[in-house]
Amino acid sequence: MKIAVLGAGHVGPVLARLALAAGYEVGIAGSGDPARIEMITEFLAPGAVALPAADAVANADLVVLAIPWHRFPALEPGMFAGKVVVDSMNHWPPAEAPLGTSEEVARRLAGADVVKTLNHVAYQDMEPAGGRAVGVAGDSPDAVRAVAEFLERIGFDPVPVGSLAAGRLLEPGSPLFGVAARRQEFENLVKEQS
Amino acid sequence: MTTTFGLDTFGDVTQDASGTPLTHAQTIRNVVEQGVLADQVGLGFFGIGEHHTPDMPLSAADVVLAAIAARTSSIHLGSAVTVLSSDDPVRVYQRFSTLNAVSGGRAEVILGRGSSVDSFPLFGYDLADYEDLFEEKTHLFAELLKGGPITWQGKTRAALHEQDVVPYTEPFPTWIGVGGSPQSVVRAASYGFSLMLAIIGGHPGRFAPFSELYQHALEKFGRDPLPIGIHSPGHVAPTDEEAREEFWPHYLDMIGRLGKTRGFATPTPESYAHEVGPHGALFVGSPETVAEKMARTMKKLDASRFDLKYGIGGLSHESLMRTIELYGTKVVPLVQDMLA
Repeated sequence: MKIAVLGAGHVGPVLARLALAAGYEVGIAGSGDPARIEMITEFLAPGAVALPAADAVANADLVVLAIPWHRFPALEPGMFAGKVVVDSMNHWPPAEAPLGTSEEVARRLAGADVVKTLNHVAYQDMEPAGGRAVGVAGDSPDAVRAVAEFLERIGFDPVPVGSLAAGRLLEPGSPLFGVAARRQEFENLVKEQS
Repeated sequence: MTTTFGLDTFGDVTQDASGTPLTHAQTIRNVVEQGVLADQVGLGFFGIGEHHTPDMPLSAADVVLAAIAARTSSIHLGSAVTVLSSDDPVRVYQRFSTLNAVSGGRAEVILGRGSSVDSFPLFGYDLADYEDLFEEKTHLFAELLKGGPITWQGKTRAALHEQDVVPYTEPFPTWIGVGGSPQSVVRAASYGFSLMLAIIGGHPGRFAPFSELYQHALEKFGRDPLPIGIHSPGHVAPTDEEAREEFWPHYLDMIGRLGKTRGFATPTPESYAHEVGPHGALFVGSPETVAEKMARTMKKLDASRFDLKYGIGGLSHESLMRTIELYGTKVVPLVQDMLA
């Protein structure tokens, strides 16, 4: 399976590294010319291939959005049709209450199966994943299954929390945001909130 | 490269013995005393991180640094960081160039995008322009450092044409503070600014690829090697137990508050034990424990500079003074021995 990571900032290279270590082929894209992120890729995610976003997405089975929220409107939505898209973004400026940002992503990327996860883990806590529980929310059961398998292979313990709308549970302002927990504790928190 | 050891503070409001917060004015006067003590115990740098909140009232760091400059003779004085994105590079240059004159060439600037974003609404900037503001203003700042009349044009401030921006003083070291953005690492190298890695959580060793990226980028841009520094939070007391117990309730309180919007996990006794242990980012403990961890981290990241970010809201001024004294008189000599 091939992974496209969009974003070469705080989060993108970390997820690219985790995916490479799990044996995935990884394409990574920043904004604009891939030459701009070649040096970053070489040192922070050696083995990943720096590509234009459209090429990275076209080649991939699963696309991870790890770009700043305010850059999202600049993405060309058409290229995501038929793809499983992991939304790891959070609203910017920081919000204090859940806003349903992944529902907004899904509306814009109509034709893609959007799954919300990883947004609730700070980038410095992602590596090593160490079996940390992460929530997974999405409307397509197949897409949720595919993303859960990816998360498990890169070292997380995926916990389905329901539909994309239920993914608000993973946003800032919810007690699950930023929680470093094992599955049992995470599931208990989900139950308390649902 | 010669090693330098410094202290950074965000000027958190401290408390008196009865747990009552001190006034902003007293907090600021105490920071001046802390800077003077840092010089007395032989430290190489004292930095103040600009903040704009009631619990961190040091919004005009350069004024406080000038007061410290007047009472010290050898310590370097700088920002940690200056939030350049929401400031005017011309004014930043003028203030630190003036500090450089007042202090006899002891000014330094650490530029940052700002991880606390309170200054954006305060000064009328849009957070959506976060990256563009920093990119353009860093460029202007680099041009100003060259000295002489400047001609410059951009989107974030009025254009300059053959403009003298004074005072012209000796060149002063400029750093870029990086919290985790690889683009900032490359940007620092491209302008020939030193790299300050802010490591505030997780395993410090994960920043090693950032050091390699920086050194490679300097080479690629045809620049000479420049220092890499580390900024990390910590607290020093005579014993590990004492340091950990003093720091814990205030750390829990602060991370708990910040984590709500930034996704930091709320600390637990277990996660705290990990952070203060050999693989975490908190330099909290006895002089021996802190020194050992500093030496190991500096070697791992090929760093020649370490700035301990001391002080956290709720501790007392006296406790901070003890950290400064132990850091200067015990920790730093131990680290120097370990690195020799």
